Amino acid sequence: MPEDSSSNAALPRLRIDRVAKHFGPTIALDGVSLEVAAGEVHALIGENGAGKSTLMKVLSGAHRADTGSLTLDGQPYEPSDPLHARNSGVAMIYQELNLAPDLSVEENILLGREPATLGWINHSERRRLAKCALEEIGQPQMPLDTPIGALTIAQQQLVEIARALVGEPRVLIMDEPTSSLTQVDTENLFGVIERMSQRGVSVIYISHFLEECQRVASRYTVLRDGQSVGTGAMAEASLEQIIQLMVGREIDEIYSRTSRSAGEPALELSDVAGLPKPSCVNLTLHAGEIVGLFGLVGAGRTETLRSVFGLDRLARGSVTVFSREVTHSTPAKRLANGVGLLSENRKEEGLLLNRSVADNLTLTRLGPVSQLGFVRDAAQAAASEKWMAKLDVKASGAAQPVSELSGGNQQKIALARLLHHDARILLLDEPTRGIDVGSKAQIYRLMNELAGQGKAIVFVSSYLPELLGVCDHIGVMCRGELSEVRPVADWSEQEIILTAVGQAEPKEVAA
Amino acid sequence: MNFPSLGSRDFLKAIRPFAGLFVVLLLFALDGELRSLFFKGSNFKMILTQTVIVAIGAMGMTMVIVSGGIDLSAGSVVALCSVVTARLIEQGHGLAAVLTLAVLTGGLAGLANGGIITTVRMMPFIVTLGMMGIARGISKWLANNQTVNPESCCGADLCRCPGFSMESVSQFMAYEWSPTFFPLPDGVWLALGLAVVMAVVLRSTVFGRYVFAIGSNEDTARLCGIRVNLNKVAIYALAGAFFGLAGVMQFSRLTQGDPSVAIGLELQIIAAVVIGGASLSGGAGSIPGSVIGAFMMACLANGSGIKDWPNYMQEIIIGVVIILAVGMDKVEPFIQRLFKRPSSPN
Repeated sequence: MPEDSSSNAALPRLRIDRVAKHFGPTIALDGVSLEVAAGEVHALIGENGAGKSTLMKVLSGAHRADTGSLTLDGQPYEPSDPLHARNSGVAMIYQELNLAPDLSVEENILLGREPATLGWINHSERRRLAKCALEEIGQPQMPLDTPIGALTIAQQQLVEIARALVGEPRVLIMDEPTSSLTQVDTENLFGVIERMSQRGVSVIYISHFLEECQRVASRYTVLRDGQSVGTGAMAEASLEQIIQLMVGREIDEIYSRTSRSAGEPALELSDVAGLPKPSCVNLTLHAGEIVGLFGLVGAGRTETLRSVFGLDRLARGSVTVFSREVTHSTPAKRLANGVGLLSENRKEEGLLLNRSVADNLTLTRLGPVSQLGFVRDAAQAAASEKWMAKLDVKASGAAQPVSELSGGNQQKIALARLLHHDARILLLDEPTRGIDVGSKAQIYRLMNELAGQGKAIVFVSSYLPELLGVCDHIGVMCRGELSEVRPVADWSEQEIILTAVGQAEPKEVAA
Repeated sequence: MNFPSLGSRDFLKAIRPFAGLFVVLLLFALDGELRSLFFKGSNFKMILTQTVIVAIGAMGMTMVIVSGGIDLSAGSVVALCSVVTARLIEQGHGLAAVLTLAVLTGGLAGLANGGIITTVRMMPFIVTLGMMGIARGISKWLANNQTVNPESCCGADLCRCPGFSMESVSQFMAYEWSPTFFPLPDGVWLALGLAVVMAVVLRSTVFGRYVFAIGSNEDTARLCGIRVNLNKVAIYALAGAFFGLAGVMQFSRLTQGDPSVAIGLELQIIAAVVIGGASLSGGAGSIPGSVIGAFMMACLANGSGIKDWPNYMQEIIIGVVIILAVGMDKVEPFIQRLFKRPSSPN
């Protein structure tokens, strides 16, 4: 239904009005409103899980909003799928690149929009259009016949922008475009964005690098827990104000930390390097201690955990588990030594989705629930139900397939597997990603309890408040290197973020 | 994310092959001609005997498919092992030696499959496609490109003449017409016994859980410390052994080693496994289901035979059944939604 907007001259290019979206029990968007004018660069700011990606998926037609309305140049805009969105003039550049690596630059730019008559591609026209698009982003020197796979990530990203421009977009959405770019490439990208803005294209720029947003955007909107909590002109807002809006929650209510003391060293990493990441990690983790690892996507945190756990090969360095050096290992041996890993990717790696809760929970240690190689169903179910009750898992029973549980409950099953295994060193990779706040709080409490029992925990997260709330020590990874691991009290939020983006050196003198 | 109602669904899935068989038999019962000729003890005995080879092959294939793989070499390995059986009988080996060596031959072919798949990290489809040609070639070579007919002994008593084990091997599948269901050939009992054992192995042993885990999500299995490669090699080798045994049965049925037999048998076996509820993407399937699948296909063939339908009709019918059986996977949730609208636990 069209909104009765008082149609004055300054009709917004895109208007999002109280959009809500939930997935099962998880509320991803809870009333988001924002307006973008023509030619405006609008920064969408928020922490991981604030709802940025979901909002963008709604805009690009990948998801449908439950309630609320979208208006594009005064017309109601209800994209049914990404193609519809693209044809309506809303183009999206995703965080992970969506290019066909074996096709050439030219073919990729016009992919799905090939100039053709009766199915025959008009090659000279295609070349002309591709050249045009590359010129518009100021990259006329880009080779048209090179396969995409041979380009650098930054070049690929430029190709993707060129592709978005072919459709004459009215709104261009960029999701964390700089996360894998170098400084020079980032500058270059900003130039392209400015040029597009001058041509009247509205740009929605998503990033959690606030400095970048300040640099490139004229207005901002902050999302928190699925709601838009603040909007305004970039020039009038200070960094502190924006951070306040982003964080703005009662930290003490969610995080619990009882006093505990660190025991013997449990896991010692010395100059650990993998292929190609991490490049240098030194870390000592004691029993009864939670060490947080912060860093941007791609900084090498997951790779560190994987190579320590024996899933990936180590290039050099040494790994000592409970004072015994066992550098090269396999997951089976690590598990036997009491090391457990929780994957950041519970759907693709962490769980057997179509198998039962009981199978998932007991898989690493079927010994106690089996006899002479035969798994006893009753014992398996009993062992599983014990942990399900302990972690407050909502499921119809131990026999229910894991795929039918909500994200939070799935994650609890993956965690319960480590508990059933009685792992004494827990490597937790993004344990709270994509789950509801209630489950998050339960997982924080559990971690606190486990540390109290003397377990050693590495907690990898991209969500700074939870690290500050839960951990004893924090280390920051940047481009494969781990910073000094310091007690939480010795870090400021600002400092952690600067270290993560690799610009801590000038600041560190002051700190 | 959606939350379909559970509980009944697992059960429905498990009994689906049985329900399918029931529907087939029900349709047969509607036809007067079939009613009188199909539903007879003697006829069922024949169908069971015809099911043995595909059923034994399906037991091995079920494991492979549940683990997320595929074995296209099954038919060729069956032919190879039937030729090996014939050659061994010719050379005067006893029953135990013939059985062991033929099964071992199949196991070796499977070991090679599993070894290449895991160490060179190649697609099972390609590796076993290659093995399909290799095993077929070797069996023709071994048989000098013709059938191998070991000569039977006089049969009066077990004289130590070449081929003395011919009688006992061919006994497995010897079908003797009788108006009654019993006695069944030994091969049928052997297949039933193995089916029970394998059903327990796949469902209730640690190894069985690992097979499902690997097929369900190999990365998770690795994360959980399961030695994925070792288990995969064991799976393919064990499957090969089953194809070897099926080869012995193949020999027993024809009483000759034929290197060009069982062409396309792998597809029949895969069809039986899939009709039995297995998923080609791994992680789902069962031995009882696969055996019922094999039996159902034999019933359809037999019924078409009684109706005197031409061969092509049988092929069309079985093709339709395969698509229907797997299509149920997609249709069932839809039907369930029609019946149960408001149900959403947690």
